[in-house]
Amino acid sequence: MKLKVQLACAAITLFMGAPLYLITLAALSSRRSLNEFPLSLLPTSLSGETMSTFLQSTGILGGLLNSLTIGLSTVALSLLIGLPAGYAMARYAFKGRDPYQLALLLTRALPIVVLSVPLARIFLDTGLYDTTYGVTLLHTALALPTTILITSAIFLGVSREQEEAAMIFGASPLAAFARVVVPQALPGIAASAMFTFVLSWNEVLGASILTLNRRTLPAQVLATLADSPLAFRFAGGLALVVPALIFIAVARRYLLNMWGTTLR
Amino acid sequence: MAGVTVTNLVKTYPSGNRRATDDISLDVADGEFLVLVGPSGCGKTTLLRMVAGLETPDGGTVTIGGRDVTRLPARERGLSMVFQSYAIFPHLKVRQNIGFGLTMQKVPKPEWNTRVERAAELLDLTDYLDRHPAQLSGGQRQRVAVARAIAVDADVLLMDEPLSNLDALLRLQFRAELKKIVARLGTTTLYVTHDQAEAMSLGDRVAVMRDGRIAQIGAPMDVYDRPGERFVGGFLGAPPMNFFTATVHQGSLVVDDQSVPAPASLASWNDKKILAGIRAENITITQGQAQEGVEAEVEVAEPTGSAILLTVRWAGGELKVQTGPGLRVAPGDRLRLELPAAALRFYDPETGLVLA
Amino acid sequence: MRQTRPALLLIAPSIIFMAALFLWPLIAGVTQAFHGPDGPTTQYVRRMADDPYFWEALRNTALLIVVLIPLQFALAIVMALLMRERPRFAGLHFYIWVVPLAISDLAAGLVWLSIFTDRGYLNSVLDGLGIPTYSWLSFEHPQTMFLAVVVAELWRATSLVFVIVIAGLQGVPRDYDEAASVFGATYWQRVRHVILPQLRPSLQVALILRTILALEAFAVAQALTGRNFPLLVGETYQWYYQLQNPNVATAIALVVLALSIVAAVGYLRLMRP
Repeated sequence: MKLKVQLACAAITLFMGAPLYLITLAALSSRRSLNEFPLSLLPTSLSGETMSTFLQSTGILGGLLNSLTIGLSTVALSLLIGLPAGYAMARYAFKGRDPYQLALLLTRALPIVVLSVPLARIFLDTGLYDTTYGVTLLHTALALPTTILITSAIFLGVSREQEEAAMIFGASPLAAFARVVVPQALPGIAASAMFTFVLSWNEVLGASILTLNRRTLPAQVLATLADSPLAFRFAGGLALVVPALIFIAVARRYLLNMWGTTLR
Repeated sequence: MAGVTVTNLVKTYPSGNRRATDDISLDVADGEFLVLVGPSGCGKTTLLRMVAGLETPDGGTVTIGGRDVTRLPARERGLSMVFQSYAIFPHLKVRQNIGFGLTMQKVPKPEWNTRVERAAELLDLTDYLDRHPAQLSGGQRQRVAVARAIAVDADVLLMDEPLSNLDALLRLQFRAELKKIVARLGTTTLYVTHDQAEAMSLGDRVAVMRDGRIAQIGAPMDVYDRPGERFVGGFLGAPPMNFFTATVHQGSLVVDDQSVPAPASLASWNDKKILAGIRAENITITQGQAQEGVEAEVEVAEPTGSAILLTVRWAGGELKVQTGPGLRVAPGDRLRLELPAAALRFYDPETGLVLA
Repeated sequence: MRQTRPALLLIAPSIIFMAALFLWPLIAGVTQAFHGPDGPTTQYVRRMADDPYFWEALRNTALLIVVLIPLQFALAIVMALLMRERPRFAGLHFYIWVVPLAISDLAAGLVWLSIFTDRGYLNSVLDGLGIPTYSWLSFEHPQTMFLAVVVAELWRATSLVFVIVIAGLQGVPRDYDEAASVFGATYWQRVRHVILPQLRPSLQVALILRTILALEAFAVAQALTGRNFPLLVGETYQWYYQLQNPNVATAIALVVLALSIVAAVGYLRLMRP
């Protein structure tokens, strides 16, 4: 039994891990070696050439910058709006709490595509079309329900009594929040912020539809996909995967919270 | 220093359909240690939290040291509190935890240090000041919570089941220590617990609560010896007070074919049923051929070391009898029990209230 | 009710924001799909229905869901049960298994492109083994094209189900499991009669979520096959981008929305305890 478990785990890890290895290998191979056949499965001709060519292609560096700008603004905006709401969910038994929570869950199930096309129309009318602000708004809307649900779970982890203790000993509600709740919730909030960033980094359909020139990195890769050489596509693949590798490594502790329990 | 007065305090939680505290009035004298005790859901914690300012009453007032604080937030009431979960801050070291209240009051650094160290010394925490709470045992965390509460020198100290998360042995040890510390400080103290033994051992007075009201309030031994209602007798004491129904008949209490002498004060209840109560340790066993008392059969004998606790059955039902450790009895043995008239308490069988 | 006012103040910004970015576009979308320059119209819906690509995309999307989701759930449950056995290197396995959680479907398509493309790693391995190579992604081979999309989606999106199931398993106390084994249940009996029934709520959530997300898949197919394997959302993108017709694009988007709702409601009814 034990051996079978080990073998099965190894097999699944191979299935999950091999593509990650191969895309890294492909993106870090020289163009010349990518044209050879059969391709080598071992890192025999490592080179930064493919990646640097990719980064120098039209629109890629700008896309990278746009992706970063939009990702960070989305994080800031969704925390700004989401933290108070998450706190309210964790601490208050208010009227309408259940419908509110249900609405949050429902919006998570709303296909992005349904929002994107009408939003493009609305943004055209309001001057937000083809701006990083417009995409930030869409991405914040997508991330907000999750941010609220995750942060409310995080705030629940800091007992109410601790806040009360702070207030008994002379802290105002705001001081109690800042001195007692925030320091303890910070790692969780950071994980939630990273989740939001990755969501924004990965989102391609909305970003494609809402922009023309100010494309994000994935939107740029998608738009030029059909006309680009394989090497470009592999390099794009790696560029899109790397944040995921970092995010999962850092936020592993919170994964179950983010994708698991709060989904209910 | 200050006393606490609670007047006509009413609180109903939105989720509940009955009052958590039902028109409670209470006076705690300056420097007094008052224990609120009762089963869960009796409103004792709600009452404490309204005094603390963590809960807003629907009606009534709270005054501390003559000042009406009903509308003031907790931080302006000049009190201090020990929480059931301790609520010490995991991200702060023990030193910062103990000094939290002083930090909030912006106490100057030298004084801050002296007061934190004095509180730590009082609770044997001096060696742990630079640790984080995660590195402490449950008992030590409890000490930090108490040290934090006394460091601020508040007028009133509130404690919400502070010992309930400790294991039995530690709880006994810390109980005595807590009593000593609070007595030394002389702070007015309100203490909530569901543990009747804790209430008896700590309080200058105990208030037994039930269904949002104070059923009886008084010195621990008074309340123990003369429960004002059946509920109080059944709640205080281990084992709880024995109760049985008897008919008063011509100066006797008659149960089936058994009878014990009744005091003259029950004359007005002649030929009526009443409820009689007696503590386990007040029943005496008469061995040999004596004819006084009532007949009973031993069902269970539990030696507890310092005593033997017997469960016996007689005409009036089941009785708990506490007797000295020397007695040798076995299940099935027949005994005669004496129920001294002076130790008997009488209650109205309908209302459960004591008969005057 | 207690403390309703401060709570409402705290959630008000989120409500306003979501109304502006969910409700408004939703209403605008319905208008866009059914309202032409001369009042209400079904012309966009008819144009959508007249497009052969639409029906192919609908069929492909349905096929993808029907094939992918059972595979995905089987794999995810096996993965979760394996983790429950606390294998060696559990931390490493777990990390690799959950990495795809944060990988977009475009990235997944590109990753698997390096494997399935004609001169890619799969053919390289086949060639090394002396087996003739094969054009996996050619439009002449719709079966293997479909297979490639399924494998890429299986790789990318199984971790989501896995994580939900793992979280659900944590709520299943080991006592039950141990009690069942004391009473002589075999491993598979325990899985079938003790563990799976308690995972039901988690599985239900995962099923709804995965189906809705699978309805939205498009970049993975785009990256692997271009427009040779059209999916519904990919068609929205085509209509909007290549054909410059936002009205038909919205009509298709509403079909996706309708299917999402039907799927969610259907599962809720089907899996009612």
